[in-house]
Amino acid sequence: MALPKQAVFPLSQHIGAPAVPCVAKGDMVKVGTKIADAGGFVSAAIFSSVSGKVAKIDSVIDASGYRKPAIFIDVVGDEWEESIDRSEELVTKCDLKPEEIVSKIKDAGVVGMGGACFPTHVKLTPPPGSKAECVIINAVECEPYLTADHSLMLEKPEQILMGVSLLMKAVNVTVGYIAIENNKPDAIALMTEKAKNFPGIQIVPLKVKYPQGGEKQLIDAVIGRQVPAPPAIPIAVGAVVQNVGTAYAVYEAVIKNKPLFERIVTVTGKSLANPSNFLTRMGTPMSQLIEAAGGMPEDTGKIIGGGPMMGKALLNAEVPICKGSSGVLLMSEKESLRGEEQNCMRCAKCVAACPMGLEPYLLAKLGEYADWERAEKEDIMTCIECGCCTFTCPSNRPLLDWVRLCKNTVGGIIRERNAKK
Amino acid sequence: MNTILVAVIVLGVTALVLAGVLFVIAKQFAVEEDPRVGQVAEVLPQANCGGCGFPGCAGFADACVKAGSLDGLLCPVGGQAVMTKVADILGLSADAAEPKVAVVRCNGTCEHRPRTVVYDGAVSCRIAHATGCGETGCAYGCLGCGDCVAACQFDAIRMNPETGLPEVDAEKCTACGACVKACPRMIIELRNKGKNGRRMVVLCVNKDKGAITRKACEVGCIGCGKCQKVCPFEAITIANNLAYIDYEKCKLCRKCEDECPQHSIVAVNFPPRKPKPAATEAPKAASAAEAESAAKAPEATGTPSSQTAPSTPNTQKS
Repeated sequence: MALPKQAVFPLSQHIGAPAVPCVAKGDMVKVGTKIADAGGFVSAAIFSSVSGKVAKIDSVIDASGYRKPAIFIDVVGDEWEESIDRSEELVTKCDLKPEEIVSKIKDAGVVGMGGACFPTHVKLTPPPGSKAECVIINAVECEPYLTADHSLMLEKPEQILMGVSLLMKAVNVTVGYIAIENNKPDAIALMTEKAKNFPGIQIVPLKVKYPQGGEKQLIDAVIGRQVPAPPAIPIAVGAVVQNVGTAYAVYEAVIKNKPLFERIVTVTGKSLANPSNFLTRMGTPMSQLIEAAGGMPEDTGKIIGGGPMMGKALLNAEVPICKGSSGVLLMSEKESLRGEEQNCMRCAKCVAACPMGLEPYLLAKLGEYADWERAEKEDIMTCIECGCCTFTCPSNRPLLDWVRLCKNTVGGIIRERNAKK
Repeated sequence: MNTILVAVIVLGVTALVLAGVLFVIAKQFAVEEDPRVGQVAEVLPQANCGGCGFPGCAGFADACVKAGSLDGLLCPVGGQAVMTKVADILGLSADAAEPKVAVVRCNGTCEHRPRTVVYDGAVSCRIAHATGCGETGCAYGCLGCGDCVAACQFDAIRMNPETGLPEVDAEKCTACGACVKACPRMIIELRNKGKNGRRMVVLCVNKDKGAITRKACEVGCIGCGKCQKVCPFEAITIANNLAYIDYEKCKLCRKCEDECPQHSIVAVNFPPRKPKPAATEAPKAASAAEAESAAKAPEATGTPSSQTAPSTPNTQKS
């Protein structure tokens, strides 16, 4: 992927506190220079993906649809920090202690690459009293259209496996699983072959179904344990789940000293001339990727950041690629059209479809009536926002819209309550 | 015969005993309620809208009786008339409170604020607000899904399909504040109704920098501060690139309206102005000039009119 003219780095690319800029206007940066410090424990540093001059620190419309502070860098040349090992050579030996691995991951600003962008070092620091028993690598990629993880596995299988070994070492376990859906037989075959050299790592082929890649669904499918309702987290059943992209980023961060500043992005859509996966520097505007994939088709109705089920429609194509941008999906106007909303006929298809066993029709109504207390009792926080309810609704009701609103509001109320305690 | 008698006696005695028990319980556990609460509740409008800040009219009546003074208590629906009745019942005095009205502080009509994207999610401002900045480039303006309309119990707020903005019917609006709470963007504000419904309002809540605001909306406040400088009563404050007029201090002089380069400040319910502000000043200037020239006249009777013309340029315009 060619370098952009100007790279834009939003300061909130992850869950948790926004990063704090550590460069000022006019500063020269290289590829891999830290441009923003982590703003707290649950936060991650941001690194420049280009070399050049800091043009300004201003606001940019990001995937949320709102203006957020961001660092703008005008690209000059392509000069890398000397500390980064740019050789392709595979290193399978690592003498670092677990704490050192975690601190290196933290210093490289690695976050979950699946889309949620949860800072990885936080996940690798189990809360006191809980003990990790296994590492599960999420290579399921259950969202339709997306193939970024698939292509990564075909390109860099050994690096991924080494990354998994590092993750296992970091949380001090000897068992690691890499879960791959059956629709990627080539990746399963290749990974199984290469995994022979890495003790303790097993490849687990899984049935193709959405949302197989949801953290809780994955744990259930791989080790047969159910994570209790929130606030319990996967570590409660001894599992540490990481995305396959994260495993690769960990390898690069720990072995090659390369902070997280590039990732594989799927650019796809039915009308797109050349749907492709690009190794993209962060901060590149999506429009440049679309251009490289054959240009924006005329019948484009929606640009979606992420996959079709959980992705979000973007306001424009100038949104920069961030740490969690797994894909850019161009939907045609016909595809993206929502059907006419009709009354709920109590068919309970959404109830049957919900992978978490919730009652989406009820939660959506509670959101509509702003009955937050009842919604909390109905376990709204368990919702993983997979979108199965909306997809399956024969009355075309925007169930997830309401459920999401409800979940966000109730989540806010719970956080406020916990803060008061 | 005997059976009937026994039944009557047994039931009669039971009834007497139970009546006694009920009497004792009623006396012993009687709840003392101020009779005035009921009286006050009777004069309240029974809209139970919660606009007063209490849970329904009964709650407000209770609060009025217990408070001992009616300061800060107002039934927005009944207004002054009801508060006077309440005051009469309680033997208190009700201070005349300025009636308020809900004001939609956004003038981003379809014309002023072009739609840049199409929102096709659930028809709800709350969701549209959570999903993104809406159909236009303005992240602060009205989303147009009508949450305020649904919240209004008095049919006082309607969407205008032409402008895409809600419009408040000042006659029906009771200033209960339901729409204020319903709006996720906090656009609606309760402001003093003003004399003859006249008020000066900044019809914008955009806190973006001027350049961004201007790109999104023709009539967005850019926070330039011109109005603040021109206001003789210090009623205008600028914060976060946004002007705000304090309705308590504003004397409706309309100077800010003329000054605002974005036309974000709007004068509501004023009679139409005379064609030009210069025109209204001109006659005064002209008469002053006339008086002056009249005073000078005895001295220089032979002065041609062309010489006096430059000193009174306003007369030329009019």
